[in-house]
Amino acid sequence: MADVHIKNVTRSFGDHVAVSGLDLRIADGEFVVLLGPTGAGKTTTLRLIAGLERPDAGTIEIGGHDATTLSPAERDTAFVFQQYSLYPHLSVFDNLAFPLRSPARRMPEDQIRRRVEEVARMVRIHHKLANRSTKLSGGEMQRVAIGRALVRKPAIYLMDEPLSSLDAKLRADLRLELKRIQSELGATMLYVTHDQIEAMTMADRIGILADGVLVQIGSPRAIYSEPANLHVAARLGQPAINLLPAGLLPDGGAPAGTRTIGARTEHLAIEKATNGHADGVVDWVEHLGDQNHLHVTVGPKKLVTLTDPDTDLAQGDRVVIRYRSPLYFGADGQRLM
Amino acid sequence: MAEIRVQHLRKAFGDFVAVQDSNFVVEDGEFFVMLGPSGCGKTTTLRMIAGLELPTGGQILLGGDDVTMLRARERDIAFVFQLFALYPHMNVRKNIGFPLLAQGMPSAEIRTRVEETAKLLRIDHLLDKSVSGLAGGDRQRVALGRAIVRRPKCFLMDEPLGTLDTEFRDLMVHELRELHNRIHATTVYVTHDQMEAMSMADKIAVMNHGVIEQFGSPREIYDRPATMFVADFIGSPPMNFLGFGGGLAKGAKEIVVQGARVPVPEVREDIAPTDMALGIRPEHIRFDDASRLRGAIYGTEYLGTTQIVAVETADGIIKARVPAELRLSTGDHVGLALNSARLSLFDKGSGRAVRTAVHDTASERRAQHG
Repeated sequence: MADVHIKNVTRSFGDHVAVSGLDLRIADGEFVVLLGPTGAGKTTTLRLIAGLERPDAGTIEIGGHDATTLSPAERDTAFVFQQYSLYPHLSVFDNLAFPLRSPARRMPEDQIRRRVEEVARMVRIHHKLANRSTKLSGGEMQRVAIGRALVRKPAIYLMDEPLSSLDAKLRADLRLELKRIQSELGATMLYVTHDQIEAMTMADRIGILADGVLVQIGSPRAIYSEPANLHVAARLGQPAINLLPAGLLPDGGAPAGTRTIGARTEHLAIEKATNGHADGVVDWVEHLGDQNHLHVTVGPKKLVTLTDPDTDLAQGDRVVIRYRSPLYFGADGQRLM
Repeated sequence: MAEIRVQHLRKAFGDFVAVQDSNFVVEDGEFFVMLGPSGCGKTTTLRMIAGLELPTGGQILLGGDDVTMLRARERDIAFVFQLFALYPHMNVRKNIGFPLLAQGMPSAEIRTRVEETAKLLRIDHLLDKSVSGLAGGDRQRVALGRAIVRRPKCFLMDEPLGTLDTEFRDLMVHELRELHNRIHATTVYVTHDQMEAMSMADKIAVMNHGVIEQFGSPREIYDRPATMFVADFIGSPPMNFLGFGGGLAKGAKEIVVQGARVPVPEVREDIAPTDMALGIRPEHIRFDDASRLRGAIYGTEYLGTTQIVAVETADGIIKARVPAELRLSTGDHVGLALNSARLSLFDKGSGRAVRTAVHDTASERRAQHG
């Protein structure tokens, strides 16, 4: 494993700037997740590191060496694509062994067997090693695809939404496994996704990408609790952060220049109004089972927060709402301290 | 709008029984969701209600009329496949009005109807815009408008949000439910996504292998799952199970799991000795060193306000949802304290839930509301 250092990299396709002045250092053994919508530049970044794209400007260092002009084969990266691409005519074992059997490596067969079995256990596919890859379920195929990257010990693993084609339950299981495997291996990993849950649950650091620009990078806790601007604040959290105009509710502590107040569940105290004054009215209590959402109308705005499943609030109740150290944003959308 | 009554509905394709003896009533104005994994029979049921598939047995009543053998177009329903296929060369007005034009409605009437529909969806300011220039949410609203403009007796929707990005899907789920609150059209909605079902449904039928495992409100299904399949299918993460042996006697208030005594809701039936499972929702677990039910932390998943903690116990991994402030490390040993009032008990062999005090509050509540 190695660290990867991207320095001021730009890549355009015609008029469209896919990645713009990107600076990113991924430390040895670190799990970095780039989070952004379709078209943010996530996949292009991965392809630049893998050598499938050349930057228009900037350099890429892998393990301390300039790799900018190296071919993909010379870079020692392992790529897992969104759509698993297995060799249909080969067994699970042979699919996993394939990267080790390249003529350049000359790895002895008993060593290959040991490594394949070790990885197969890691991705929990060891009971199907003899199966043809076409006889597997979607989840199993994707585990083989991930395993095929893991049999090698490259400088960095590059993963492009590898879980997005799986059903919710399997995705939840594999999230936990992938994080565990990565930390056991001490692997350097760059993982891109548009799913905030994947980013929050797996990353050591999350990079928020928007229109080819890295807007903020930090630990999930830092990105969640100290977003740099409105864009980042809105990308994380379920239900989404409430963005309310200054002055809508009493906001005594707001710094000068506050235009918008960002309030998540933990930033709001909501209680049934006892006497005359009320700030809002309960629209509806949405029972989602594990998560229960309280919808409150405040003037022209709607608030959504998590609430206790056994809350005594009900539709039509008038409530008093107070902020508890919320987030403040200025007219330019940047967070004010 | 109308009630949909399904009686002893059955569908076989050769030897394969897709739907076995289904019975349910969707009341007038209800949002009904059929939920289950692929191949469970939910889409086949929907297609029979639509008239796209003829049942092997049973009856379908729409607003009291037997429509079992009627053709699709004789049923006055709207089938929404995917919500975002629009005619790109037509403007919003023409897209919404298209189904009425196809019916041969006079153009003045079409105009009024389209405008009413657009107002309902709050897109009346976009009527003369081209659909190709619209933002995603507005495109979906136009597609919805096209479905509701005909004012059919009921709506049938088959995974209409299936291919959308998560973020956009959450938005559309609320949009659909809000629209329903405004027009109260009887709706049958098919999905494999439990979050969609929990967010939108008045009633849910959870299906598995052609059988309705449970029919009830989202809350009933979540709090009192009738089978282990339902308990596992609903919830994210789903219900945890811990195995225990022996029987249960009526009146029992405690069981022994992994050597620890666990208080449970009072048991209401006798169960002969067999393999049993204790069912625990992730949010009903707290960490408490005094508990004898113990495990080691396998991993944590930070979610912002809460976190999911996976704990490896003698009987596999248990997931707990706890506040995000709690700092925990992999390998830490923890005791698990369970919220006794909210636990479920199952017969592992049949998967059926054991009757406990949790269920009598349910029937009392039903009695109160008549």
